[in-house]
Amino acid sequence: MIRHAISNLNAWLAILAVVLSSSAGDVLLSRAMKQIGDIGQLRARRGLMFVILLIFRNRYFLIGVGCLAVSFYSLLYGLSWNDVSLIGPAAASLTFVANAIAAKMFLHEHVDGRRWAAALLVAAGVVLMAF
Amino acid sequence: MNFRKYLVLAGVTVFAPVGDSLLSYGMKQVGNISLRDFGGLLLAISNPWVALGIVFLLGFFASYMSALSWADLTYVLPASSLGYVLLALIAKFALHEKVSVMRWLGIALVSSGVGFVTSGPEKTHRPPRNTGDSVVAEHS
Repeated sequence: MIRHAISNLNAWLAILAVVLSSSAGDVLLSRAMKQIGDIGQLRARRGLMFVILLIFRNRYFLIGVGCLAVSFYSLLYGLSWNDVSLIGPAAASLTFVANAIAAKMFLHEHVDGRRWAAALLVAAGVVLMAF
Repeated sequence: MNFRKYLVLAGVTVFAPVGDSLLSYGMKQVGNISLRDFGGLLLAISNPWVALGIVFLLGFFASYMSALSWADLTYVLPASSLGYVLLALIAKFALHEKVSVMRWLGIALVSSGVGFVTSGPEKTHRPPRNTGDSVVAEHS
């Protein structure tokens, strides 16, 4: 009983850590890539090495990758305490909603009704798929 | 949207669920890790399934970065969730697992969410600041 409660507590702490760090990482990476521009076109014009150097010299990218590393190890930690059928959908669905909020707040994306609906439908769908 | 962009979104969709499945399989072999055992968490990547999962997730990451360079975060993320649908279909038709009614309902919700977002504009267009126009969505 106590072991089960500890397992659940650890799993939900891991889920919270995944949601926060993953959202922060996604927002930072998105900002970095918008600064750099379409890398498909850049690669065609300037070559792959130029694009790789440009990405790795962007500070938003580096901090974003750091956040995603925290998210990755939080996920591994969570998976070691509970099933992927709980950790995966719970973390993913909450991340969709957190990202929509963060993208509107920090990236000033035009999150219209269509995108809110998409984020909520996907989040609900991901939860149902755990059953 | 052109063929290259659809291919990039397909990469985001396919690599992530495969990588996550491999990680899950590997971590079940590694076993429970306590917070005090940080070294154990780092050593988990020496498990071959975890390592293979990381390779797939690197493929996902490259596709994801490419997608983010020409599309909004709130466009790419729901579109990438088609991977969950893909995983359920593999479970049903390749692994012959039982897929419950709730799961089919979840697939329908995810698919409709993806339909919603992909039928709209992929990127928020910001006009030059001196025009004073509001932010509008750009169709491509």
